[in-house]
Amino acid sequence: MDLPLYGLMAEFENPDHILHAAKTAYAAGYRRMDAYSPLPIHGLAEAVGFRKTYLPLVVLIGGLTGCFVGFAFQYWVSVVNYPVIIGGKPMNSWPSFIPVTFECTVLFAALSAVFGMLALNGLPHPYHPVFNVDRFERASRDRFFLCIEARDPKFNRDDTRKFLEMEEFHACEVTEVMV
Amino acid sequence: MTLPPAAERIEKRALPVGGIALALCLISLTRGNLSQSYLIAYLFWLSLPLGSAALLMLYHLTGGEWGFVIRRMLEASTRTLPLMAALFLPLLYHPTQLYQWADPAKVAADELLKHKQPYLNTPFFIARAVIYFLVWIALSWLLTRWSAQQDHTNDTRPARRLLAMSGPGLIVLGFTVTFAIVDWVMSIEANWASTMYGVIYIVGMVLTTLAFMIFVARRFALAEPMNKVLQPAHFHDLGNLMLAFTMLWAYTSFSQFLIIWSGNLPEETTWYVNRMGQGWQTIAAFLVLFHFAVPFIVLLSRDVKRKMESLAVLAAAMFLMRMLDLYWTVRPAAGGAPSLRPMDLVAPIAIGGLWLWMFLRQLKVRPMMPVYNPQGDPSF
Repeated sequence: MDLPLYGLMAEFENPDHILHAAKTAYAAGYRRMDAYSPLPIHGLAEAVGFRKTYLPLVVLIGGLTGCFVGFAFQYWVSVVNYPVIIGGKPMNSWPSFIPVTFECTVLFAALSAVFGMLALNGLPHPYHPVFNVDRFERASRDRFFLCIEARDPKFNRDDTRKFLEMEEFHACEVTEVMV
Repeated sequence: MTLPPAAERIEKRALPVGGIALALCLISLTRGNLSQSYLIAYLFWLSLPLGSAALLMLYHLTGGEWGFVIRRMLEASTRTLPLMAALFLPLLYHPTQLYQWADPAKVAADELLKHKQPYLNTPFFIARAVIYFLVWIALSWLLTRWSAQQDHTNDTRPARRLLAMSGPGLIVLGFTVTFAIVDWVMSIEANWASTMYGVIYIVGMVLTTLAFMIFVARRFALAEPMNKVLQPAHFHDLGNLMLAFTMLWAYTSFSQFLIIWSGNLPEETTWYVNRMGQGWQTIAAFLVLFHFAVPFIVLLSRDVKRKMESLAVLAAAMFLMRMLDLYWTVRPAAGGAPSLRPMDLVAPIAIGGLWLWMFLRQLKVRPMMPVYNPQGDPSF
């Protein structure tokens, strides 16, 4: 009976309502919460306290790595490992290394963007407690969900429920999410 | 639309300043030491109407609010083409000064030039220039006319016409500009050829236009009523476009260099030999650094693109770098070390003054914002 609680989830019919609820919850001091929506809502990410992503930094480091690796590999092949004079040009003919260096930069940056995004999002994620709520399948169709997690220091089973059920939020249902 | 006071002042002063500078240019022309300075300045300011036409058609094809907010400025800029056609005339006064192929004595001495005569001769050169200007003015006329019609009707037909013309229009513009640049600039060194040449100018002209529009939009964003329209998100998009075209400029310029460097054929390498010796190598390195590397790294930052003022400063710097790039491209054709002649400063002021005057006048003719937005954003 006493399964551990993941959090409390409120269901909304309208993007404006979830936006208002999320902003108010953040202002009330809640930090560990997440919003689920079938469509992008302008300002919702900021409302639940999502400020900064490290993805650009990951991509930059990936790109620089690709740039260095691409150039270093060509240098090693043509100068160190298998030096051949081509067209009377010097061994380290850097202009001809640029295209591959550029492509390696793009390749590494793009791969860092994809895998960095997955890693920072904690994906793949085969199990997530929010799916224990039956109605949650509508998060990919026509409903909006705001989940305040139990590990939030301010979380209290009864107070948080009362908070989410406040009249002004127009939440159509508040459900307990079990782990 | 009424202009902000600063723009009004510029409009009032641009005409006399440009006019006096042009008079100096014409005096210099009769003495026969103008052509190159004038050509560089002309190519620089011609970038703006042509780049504006390219960006307008790009916008009609792809949409996006970045284009919607600067659309009337781009349209006003394309309407300066008749002025630019008139300012082309001084280049025809003394074609032999610039072009060896226009000089019968030089042609007689050069077997290759003799074979190029059917294409490279003065009457055909003038006829082609007439065709280029007719095509460009027609494009500009259609782009502005249909845009104006759309303001007075609920029917979306003018917008659909703009969309339909933009694909073919970009192709026509690409071809005519390429041919024009081959005629006016590449043929100075008539025995040298590069297929990348026109593309480099086209990318450069769009880059010049973006830099100019960002700078002007920033000035307009300071005052009513445009401060309500122009948002950091628009500058973010325009900054991203400027980053893309900065990279494209480097990509095309380097491609041309790499191909010629790899081939290492004497008739091709002369172009770079002239531009990477006798002091020109300093300017070349400066361009690599400040036309590409520094703006590229700075424009990677999201904050720089969203802060209007910092982006406008970068745009102003890029605008000047475009001028330097054209100087480096055209001037070494005559041989010799880099030098600054008085006309190098007077000619850009002459053409630029008159161009700015015409641009601001045209900007006042129409409302600053179009009525119909195909993206249908209700915030406008």
